[in-house]
Amino acid sequence: MTRHTLSVLVEDKPGVLARVAGLFSRRGFNIESLAVGRTEYPDISRMTIVVSVDELPLEQVTKQLNKLINVIKIVELEPAASVQRQLVLIKVRADATVRSQVLETVQLFRAKVVDVSPEAVTIEATGTSEKLDALLRMLEPYGLREIVQSGMVAIGRGARSITATAVR
Amino acid sequence: MTGAQSLVRSLEAVGCEVVFGIPGGTILPAYDPLLDSTKVRHILVRHEQGAGHAATGYAQATGKVGVCMATSGPGATNLVTPIADANMDSVPIVAITGQQSRPLIGTDAFQEADICGITMPITKHNVLVTDPADIPRAIAEAFHIASTGRPGPVLVDIPKDVLQEQTSFSWPPELRLPGYRPTTRPHGKQVREAAKLIVAARKPVLYVGGGVIKADAHAELLRLAEDTGIPVVTTLMARGAFPDSHDQHLGMPGMHGTVAAVAAMQKSDLLIALGARFDDRVTGQLNSFAPDAQIIHADIDPAEISKNRRADVPIVGDCKEIITELIDAVRTERETAKAVDLTPWWDTLKSLRETFPLGYDWPEDGTLSPQYVIERIGAMSPADTIYTAGVGQHQMWAAQFVKYEHPRTWINSGGLGTMGFAVPAAMGIKAGEPGRTVWAIDGDGCFQMTNQELATCAIEGLPVKIAVINNGNLGMVRQWQTLFYGERYSNTDLGTHKHRIPDFKLLAEALGCAGLRAESREEVDDVIAKALEINDRPVVVDFVVGKDAQVWPMVAAGTGNSEIMAARGIRPLFDEDL
Repeated sequence: MTRHTLSVLVEDKPGVLARVAGLFSRRGFNIESLAVGRTEYPDISRMTIVVSVDELPLEQVTKQLNKLINVIKIVELEPAASVQRQLVLIKVRADATVRSQVLETVQLFRAKVVDVSPEAVTIEATGTSEKLDALLRMLEPYGLREIVQSGMVAIGRGARSITATAVR
Repeated sequence: MTGAQSLVRSLEAVGCEVVFGIPGGTILPAYDPLLDSTKVRHILVRHEQGAGHAATGYAQATGKVGVCMATSGPGATNLVTPIADANMDSVPIVAITGQQSRPLIGTDAFQEADICGITMPITKHNVLVTDPADIPRAIAEAFHIASTGRPGPVLVDIPKDVLQEQTSFSWPPELRLPGYRPTTRPHGKQVREAAKLIVAARKPVLYVGGGVIKADAHAELLRLAEDTGIPVVTTLMARGAFPDSHDQHLGMPGMHGTVAAVAAMQKSDLLIALGARFDDRVTGQLNSFAPDAQIIHADIDPAEISKNRRADVPIVGDCKEIITELIDAVRTERETAKAVDLTPWWDTLKSLRETFPLGYDWPEDGTLSPQYVIERIGAMSPADTIYTAGVGQHQMWAAQFVKYEHPRTWINSGGLGTMGFAVPAAMGIKAGEPGRTVWAIDGDGCFQMTNQELATCAIEGLPVKIAVINNGNLGMVRQWQTLFYGERYSNTDLGTHKHRIPDFKLLAEALGCAGLRAESREEVDDVIAKALEINDRPVVVDFVVGKDAQVWPMVAAGTGNSEIMAARGIRPLFDEDL
């Protein structure tokens, strides 16, 4: 099974997320990551869905998604031809004895500290899931108190816009 | 005007002639203006499930959109089964449900159910209308979505206060469906590829599904078949798409298909699937299905193509347009390609057809043969009779032993297999085609699920004819218990024979119908003739038949089609080179 990133343009209507999520579970697919947000058009939302499936089932699920009336367009974004980013907030144990070491790791990963207290710091980092995994591995020895991670968002490289061709 | 008046005006404007439904708390506002409508007839059913199947019967018989209406909560949830049924069989129906008023939604109010959430996986689309100004557009879009592309059910849920609020009405509304653009025109290159394969094939088969009937493509199919001389099989959903009397017709494929039809597909080198979906009841075990065949798969739904069996030549489009273009493409291709002689292929198939014709034995215990009853109904009824059925043995026999010559004369529950479909479906068919004879061939199990709609038929002037093939048992389940569970009959005897409970003749009379009964071969023709003469009220005929008759041929569930048994223990040897 390989990992695929789908960009799905949908009408911004109530229940659309339930329709899409329901379709995945109904057809037996597991969503690894999901992000939903606005686009440059007021009535169109964009979902970025990461799934691990083989080529053929992926084609089937894409076709089924296309049948949903509120789904306008689906594009698969290849990792090489797109920019893919996730955001993570990490609360890590960091008292005075280790704080400088933690901050060094933060700098190495070009992450930043967004909150600090005597016992812990909260770090914000963005990147591909591989980079974020590596950061978490580095921080783990200090004690991860809490992690929250966003879904992956992705956009194609170059000048072309998938929304512009969808609304035409 | 009110939202309710706007709803009724919209239904009139969209061409809706008949609504099957039951009023209740939240849909009440809509029923008030409905009383004054001269264009929309409302038929008051006895159970919402009946309204849904009636809408399906109406739609399947007429080709128009069927409409059913119910109140919120239990009214709406009672529509779930017929909606799922219409979804599986791609039937264009629109269900209109009342909903609790907007401020009460989400509070577990009286008779509140999230019917949009509940029906999300079983509708083509559904919508909750939250602004009365949106009602005309919601109705126009619902009818458009239901009837175009691959047809299917659409549910429109309208809160009570939206129906009561003041609004304005204008028609036609602008449809806003940016994500809905069904492909109807086939790709020319794909059609030419298909034509090449068709002209070169030595053992081709036209595998015809319900999509051909939905696309009104039966005339085009006949032309393509006669132009090419290719054998035709029609699935359960496509019975009537190609005349049974035609020499090129091998009958129905699948679990209870003819040996010739099943064998033709197994031995084929090219399956031309037209509006069919490679359902498991047709393919049997998928990995041994038609092992040597290349596949041309034409369907309006791209998601069907290569879903179960990979297509070598996929064609997305409307079957009528596809077949029309195929006819021309095949003619063009023929001008250059060397003609393949199909005689050896036909010799094989004809010999199979002669060796293993559809047939049945009379029960040894002297009871009436159910197949005979159904065969006689088919033989004695007018040519334009429309048949429907429940689900089970009687359904398979009705598909096998009635001869279908025209599309939309066989209407049944194929995909979902909904017991109890027949009576309400017959009601809807009769409402749509009042001038034609409508026979529901039902089982005693099915009949006891939905027969209350006969009261509706009697009162509303819908004189349908019901043949209860009464074997006293859940026959198909019993057949499986005989074959696969060592004749241990767990909970399949309904007692209809032992106790004559209910007495179907008396029940029919209680429901305002004529009640007749036949228990021997001698009585069958008389009773059918009598039933055909009664047209002032519905007729129910209790055909008391033997419980041990079985449906043959049969491909047992989970086995490959080459394992087809013509009768118990008789297996045509497909391994031999036929």
